[in-house]
Amino acid sequence: MTTDIDPATLNQWYVIQSSDDLTMASPRDTRLLGIPVSAARRDDGQIAAFEMSAAGETVRELPVQERYGYVWTTLGTPDVDLFDMPEFDEEGRRLVVCGIATVKTSPGRIIENFLDMSHFPFVHIDVLGAEPNTEVLPYKARVDADTDELWATDCGFYQPKAMASSTEGSEVDYRYRVPQPYVAVLYKTSPGKAGAFDLVGILPQPLDETHCDIHYFMLVFDEDNSDQELIQFQQGILMQDRLILENQRPLKLPLERGAEMAIRADVASVQYRRWIKDMGVGFGVA
Amino acid sequence: MKLHDYILSGSCYKVRLFLNILDVEYEKVPVDFYPGKEHKKPDFLALNPLGQLPVLEDGDLVLRDAQSILLYLATKYDDGNTWFPEDAATRGRVAMWTAFGGGEIMAASAARLHDVLNYPFDIEQQRRAAHAAFIILDDHMAEQEIAGCDWLAGDTPTIADIACFPYIALSEDGGIARDEYPAIERWLARVINLPGFIDMPGVLSPWKAPV
Repeated sequence: MTTDIDPATLNQWYVIQSSDDLTMASPRDTRLLGIPVSAARRDDGQIAAFEMSAAGETVRELPVQERYGYVWTTLGTPDVDLFDMPEFDEEGRRLVVCGIATVKTSPGRIIENFLDMSHFPFVHIDVLGAEPNTEVLPYKARVDADTDELWATDCGFYQPKAMASSTEGSEVDYRYRVPQPYVAVLYKTSPGKAGAFDLVGILPQPLDETHCDIHYFMLVFDEDNSDQELIQFQQGILMQDRLILENQRPLKLPLERGAEMAIRADVASVQYRRWIKDMGVGFGVA
Repeated sequence: MKLHDYILSGSCYKVRLFLNILDVEYEKVPVDFYPGKEHKKPDFLALNPLGQLPVLEDGDLVLRDAQSILLYLATKYDDGNTWFPEDAATRGRVAMWTAFGGGEIMAASAARLHDVLNYPFDIEQQRRAAHAAFIILDDHMAEQEIAGCDWLAGDTPTIADIACFPYIALSEDGGIARDEYPAIERWLARVINLPGFIDMPGVLSPWKAPV
């Protein structure tokens, strides 16, 4: 029942499939926030999505939009438009859709892990980090008062292989943008274009409070690597994260201060938890 | 030599791991197994009509099936002849446990495909089958250890150990816990500490000895 879900969670747009993968031949029967949802592409190319009953009957048609290579829907009534990602209009960028990874944890844990740099040398060994370069240098995390988006900026980390196209280790600049609770986009130094940032986005679709289908993409300046190479690089990283994520307890993200011991490197996580708590998010949190 | 490869495939990892142990140079050809399903498309099917990874090309030779590739690589590139020893009884045991790695153990792979990529398998059945295989391997390994042997087919590592390792080490991706298999855990640690060992995403190496 949608009436059991807090408005902050309900009134969000969620990705349920990539545009390319929702074809007439392959509809998507899935769940969103614990509720059965079915989406299909009609022969005129338009998409229809429906809330379904447990018995498989149509309850109602849902709003749908296709943007950024994905199909978005909502079970509520979002009071703002879907956030803007101007990078999608930039010339020379390539969108690489990496598929879905199913992970047994809450969407908040997934976003928080994505924002965390301290695990790089221990989980993504010799790729996103390596001992002894384990220090997370001071960075900033704040909620932008105008847009109500969370940003972590001025992040730097030494990475042996920052992106698929990296040929050597480098100091990589990071910025994180969290435009809504369950969407996070990483901007990192592009090995393919001087002065530019490549994007990595994760879009967890909460199947229920502790199960997610993570949709993820890259939007890169990269003329050297095939889609296959880029996809495998990113899938490899996500599978390393999956192993850690599924072993975190509790699965729901604790929002009470002091529930877990944070250190200075966790300031993005501290801000994230406070931000969604203030918003009134009650789904998938403890 | 070319390996048609997918980073998250445990079967491809068998070959990558063994090539690294043998220190043989090769080229990886990444195949978009997911989401692209490139292994079911005509170009790849021309290489392997079964539509399965990995495929190894060495000169004119095209080989499919990880176990067969391990056999080939050991025969051709293992100068010491230890990974597929010539002794008849040992060779028989190596073949037997290598087949186990491509056979019974693959239930753990199916459970992983179900949990990670939503393959429509009967997950409980696959997990039961994997546990049944793990019990057999755990019992065997315990008996080996009592007999003073650290490896599946004898007292030295062989391609049988390589063939069985990946999907056991990846089992938790498919919801298969290994805490009831202590002999397996000790054996995994031995594999991880082999010279030339490399991991893959999902394989934790907490037992790796400090360098």
